[in-house]
Amino acid sequence: MAFLSIQHASKNYGSAVAVEDFNLEIEKGELVSFLGPSGCGKTTTLRMVAGFEVPSSGKIELSGVDITSRPPNQRNVGMVFQAYALFPNMTVADNVGFGLKVANKPTADIRRRTDEMLTLIRMPQLGDRYPYQLSGGQQQRVALARALAIQPSVLLLDEPLSALDAKIRVELRSEIRRIQQQLGITTIYVTHDQEEALSISDRIVVMSAGRMEQVGTPFEIYNFPKTAFAASFVGTLNQLRCTVVDADQAKLAFDGQTFTAAAPIRAAKGASVVAALRPEELHIGRFDGENQLTGTVEAVTFLGGIVRIRLALGESRITLDALNERRLTLPKVGETQTVSFPPHACWVMVES
Amino acid sequence: MSAQAPAGAPPETRGSVSPRFRLRIFPVWSWLWYFLGALYFILPLYATLDFSLRMERGVLGLKAYGVAFADRGFLQSFGYSVWLAVVTIIVSILLVVPTAYWIRLRLPQARRIVEFITLLPFVIPAIILVFGFIRIYSSPIGIPFTDVQLLAPLTTSKLGTNALIVAGYVVLGLPYMYRSVDTGMRTVDVRTLTEAAQSLGANWATIMTRVILPNVRTALLSGALLTFAIVVGEVVLASYLGLPTFGPYLFLLGQHRAYEPAALTFTTFLLTWAAMGIIQLVTGGQGQVAGAH
Repeated sequence: MAFLSIQHASKNYGSAVAVEDFNLEIEKGELVSFLGPSGCGKTTTLRMVAGFEVPSSGKIELSGVDITSRPPNQRNVGMVFQAYALFPNMTVADNVGFGLKVANKPTADIRRRTDEMLTLIRMPQLGDRYPYQLSGGQQQRVALARALAIQPSVLLLDEPLSALDAKIRVELRSEIRRIQQQLGITTIYVTHDQEEALSISDRIVVMSAGRMEQVGTPFEIYNFPKTAFAASFVGTLNQLRCTVVDADQAKLAFDGQTFTAAAPIRAAKGASVVAALRPEELHIGRFDGENQLTGTVEAVTFLGGIVRIRLALGESRITLDALNERRLTLPKVGETQTVSFPPHACWVMVES
Repeated sequence: MSAQAPAGAPPETRGSVSPRFRLRIFPVWSWLWYFLGALYFILPLYATLDFSLRMERGVLGLKAYGVAFADRGFLQSFGYSVWLAVVTIIVSILLVVPTAYWIRLRLPQARRIVEFITLLPFVIPAIILVFGFIRIYSSPIGIPFTDVQLLAPLTTSKLGTNALIVAGYVVLGLPYMYRSVDTGMRTVDVRTLTEAAQSLGANWATIMTRVILPNVRTALLSGALLTFAIVVGEVVLASYLGLPTFGPYLFLLGQHRAYEPAALTFTTFLLTWAAMGIIQLVTGGQGQVAGAH
């Protein structure tokens, strides 16, 4: 049986549906991310687990015990907020020890645990500081230590890095993963940042408009998206509107050129389908045994590690990413170029 | 800086004037208005002080102060007003803090209504309030068309009249107290702090005493001191309810004596300023904390 189980959870505000029939089983020690745009219901679901929202229907179980209507202060769930939410009137050490003090733990135990937590977040010498004396990244570390100090059953992180700048975000996300793995704590991580979700999660739940679109490992979500939303929300995706030429042979026509997709297509000949391709699977030039499409270079953007090239094919556009090399000759805008991709790189999304 | 400004660009708008130069321009008009404003307040105050020091002909002295303070009526009425102010502040805090907190937390849609109610003392004069009080509470309150009496007349007992005047003062102080507390709560984001405390196992009492109150302490203090100033100087409510507070005492004194009221007015002014000073001291110490959020 799963450690944390969310069963058919829904949340409505009047006639507005925030979350619809959410089902998820989370194993002990797992880090699961809820990923989606704002308003997709990810935070509402997290808040139902925390106890700040009561589901309109459905059930939440922790270690087999129904906690659906248990108040938040009796759930033993640690929570980290986007806005840090440190208590401004308390020092770092008092913030970290707050939960233990509330639980009437002996002072010596509180001090020992606080020191332990401050060492864990690599801030052992800053216990006497006040929150306003810390940077955003430091404040969020303290918030993490405070949530972990009570040894919660589940750790909930609500967009914890959104208020931080890019460099700190990358640092802190690997820090969060390190601590999570070190403690083996079951964690739900809410984010709208796909890179964040892909890099730290054991599994990702992609959400849209209150519904679960797909659940899977980062590799599955990125490489084998099951819905058009999951495909387009995670990573960059080329979506080419094609006509089926031969469904069994997976042959498609696009802008007067034909190519082959990965698998037979479940659509009739002449039907309109969308072929999907990740930009990194395409390369400039002609390669034997691969599909080829020819177009005009419309833009070349140098991004450092990669070079993003956009080609115009009739009314459509294709984006491809090439790894940067010093010997690379960048194509010029206005040139005619051929791009190649293997058939297995291309999958077809039949519109529902 | 000026070297980077495009040729022909107006210097004022392109930042070619160095900031140091700009600082050196003396803001004549600002200072003039500031000076006139200060004069408007300081002149009458100076006149009052000067007058209060001239009780003995031809000598500047503190005799008026000595006489005023020696009067038992002064200490009694001032002490009574201070006592009423303290009770008013306690009742206001008990009423306003939970209300403002609950509105921030759960009932944001009620904010407009409550803000409107708290502003009513600005548009309804105290005289109307007190006549309303007397009209309603000088006779027993019962259930209409029955003989059941819910409340005895309040104006006939000392306790009842005290309760009435405190209620009136709470209303008069409401705009200041509510605004102070609400602003205090906005700067610390009580909603998220409450949720953080809840997730750490805290109950409502712990959240209130260890998280919310310490973080709105400054706001509470400023609300409390403003309420204090209002209660100590209030005349209308106390006169019509026939209570011997400081306001009516000063008013009566002014009708019989010349120098003592001036001395007492100046003293209450100093007391009010001392109160403001305390606010400044306390908020000054916390300014950084508030600024960090």
